[in-house]
Amino acid sequence: MKATGLSSAPSRLRDVASPASVPADQLKMRATNLSVRYGEKVAIKDVNIDVHANQVLALIGPSGCGKSTFLRALNRMNDTIPGIHTEGQVELEGEMIYAPEVDPVLVRRRVGMVFQRSNPFPKSIFENVAYGLRISGVSERRLLAERIERALRHAGLWDEVKDRLNESGLSLSGGQQQRLCIARALAVEPEVLLMDEPASALDPIATAKIEDLVSDLRNEVTIVIVTHNMQQAARVSQRTGFFYMGRLVEVGETTQIFTRPKERETEDYITGRFG
Amino acid sequence: MPQAHTSRDFESELRELRAHSLAMGARCERGLQLALKAFWEGSAELASEVEELDRHIDRDEMDIDALILRILALRQPVAYDLRFLAAALRLVTDLERIGDEAVNIAERAKEEHGTAKDKVRGELKTMGEQSQEMLRDALDAFVQGEANRAEQVMVRDDSVDELYGRIIRAMTDFMTQHPAQVAEAIRVIHVAKYLERVADHATNIAEEVIFMVRGEDVRHFRTHPPPNVGRVV
Repeated sequence: MKATGLSSAPSRLRDVASPASVPADQLKMRATNLSVRYGEKVAIKDVNIDVHANQVLALIGPSGCGKSTFLRALNRMNDTIPGIHTEGQVELEGEMIYAPEVDPVLVRRRVGMVFQRSNPFPKSIFENVAYGLRISGVSERRLLAERIERALRHAGLWDEVKDRLNESGLSLSGGQQQRLCIARALAVEPEVLLMDEPASALDPIATAKIEDLVSDLRNEVTIVIVTHNMQQAARVSQRTGFFYMGRLVEVGETTQIFTRPKERETEDYITGRFG
Repeated sequence: MPQAHTSRDFESELRELRAHSLAMGARCERGLQLALKAFWEGSAELASEVEELDRHIDRDEMDIDALILRILALRQPVAYDLRFLAAALRLVTDLERIGDEAVNIAERAKEEHGTAKDKVRGELKTMGEQSQEMLRDALDAFVQGEANRAEQVMVRDDSVDELYGRIIRAMTDFMTQHPAQVAEAIRVIHVAKYLERVADHATNIAEEVIFMVRGEDVRHFRTHPPPNVGRVV
C-alpha cells in the first residue's frame, strides 16, 4: 500500500495505480530550476533533472558540490535546517512537493531516506522496523509482523535476524545496522528511496551486500543514491548525474558517463584530473 | 589529450605505457623496413636482424599487457583513461602481428623468386611504402591522440587492397605463362599478402585511435555505424 497524495488538496495522483504497474521508464520525479541556499550561500543553482521510475540515479561530485543538498531537497529534508531557502520545483509523479498545502511528512513517507551512518533506534530489531508503520497507524500485531518480515526480506536481512527479532538493533554489525535502516525505510513502502552514501562506513563485504540490495530493490522502488565511490555509482546505477559547485554539469546513462562523458569537467573529475 | 592526472603514480604509469607502446611501434616500423630491404636484397643477415627484433617485440607485448592489467586492477580507470587502455591492449596485439608479418617477409628473402619478383616490382614496392606510411601515421595518431589523422589511414587501406589485387592478377598470368615458376610466384603473392595484412593492422590501430579519442567504435562502420552521441571530450 502506498500513500496517495501529499495533502488534503485535490491531487491528480489519487487514482494512479501503484508504481509497480507503470512502465519502468516512466518519470518518477522531476526537479525544475531547483536552487537551494543557506542564508547567502548558494548550495545548488538551477538544477534540472529527471528521476526515472524503477531506476537507480547516482549523484557524484566532489565534497561540497551540492549533491547531498539536492538529495535532501527531493523529500524536503532540508526544511528542517534553519535559514534554508528553496526555489524552483520538485515534482513527485506530477505533484509539486513544495506547494504550500503539501505536508512534508507525507512527502517523506513516499520518499524515504537512508543516511551515511546507520542510525538504528535503541529498540529491538522488530520495533525499529515497526516504527514507521506504527506512526502510520498500523497497530495490528499480525499485520505488523507481515510487513516487518517483508521489509527485512527486501533489505536482505531476514535470514540473519529472524530468530532474534527482539534483540536490540544496536547488537547488529555495521552492515546489518545499515540494512536494518533500509528495512525501516522500506517498511512504509515508499515509492522513492534516497540514499546518502549508504555504504561509505562499511567494509567491502557489507558494501557489496548493500550494492546487491540496491540492484534488487529498484524493481520495487526508485532509488537516488549519493556516493563518493565512482565504481559504486558505475556498478549500481542506470543513470548518473555529476554535480560541481552547485551545478548539475551532466546527467546521462551511467555507461555513457563513465566511458565517454560529454563535458570536460565530468571527464576530469571521474578520471581524477581535478583541482 | 587530457591534462596530467591528480595521482602522480597513475600518471607515471600512463606515461610508461605510452612510451613503451611507442617504442614497440618503432621496433615494428624498423622490423618492417628491414624485412623489405632483406627481401629486395636477398639478405639473410638482415633477415636474422628482423627475427631478433621480433623477439623483442614479443617481449614488448607481454610487458605492455602486464602493465595494462596492473593499471586496470589498481586504478579502475574510466572515460579517456579506460579508452586509452582498451586501445593500447588491442594496439599491442596488432603490433605483435605486424612483427610476425615482418618476419614472414624476411624469411622470403632466403628463397628463390626467379623472374616473378621483377614482374610486379613497382606494385610491390609501392605496397611496401604505403603499408609503412600507414603504420607510421597510425602510430603517430595514437601518440598524439589525433582522430583525423587516423581517419586518413583508414581511407588509404583501399589503395593497398587495390595493389594487392593487381599483384594477384599479374602473378596468376605469370604462372600461366611460366608454369616452371609457380612456386616463385606464390612466394611473391605471399609477400603481397603479408603487406596487405600489415596495412590491415595499421587500419585496426587507426580504428583504435578513433575509439580512444572519440569513444566511437568504427571497426565495422559500414554494417554497424556508431551512434551520434555528440561531443566527446
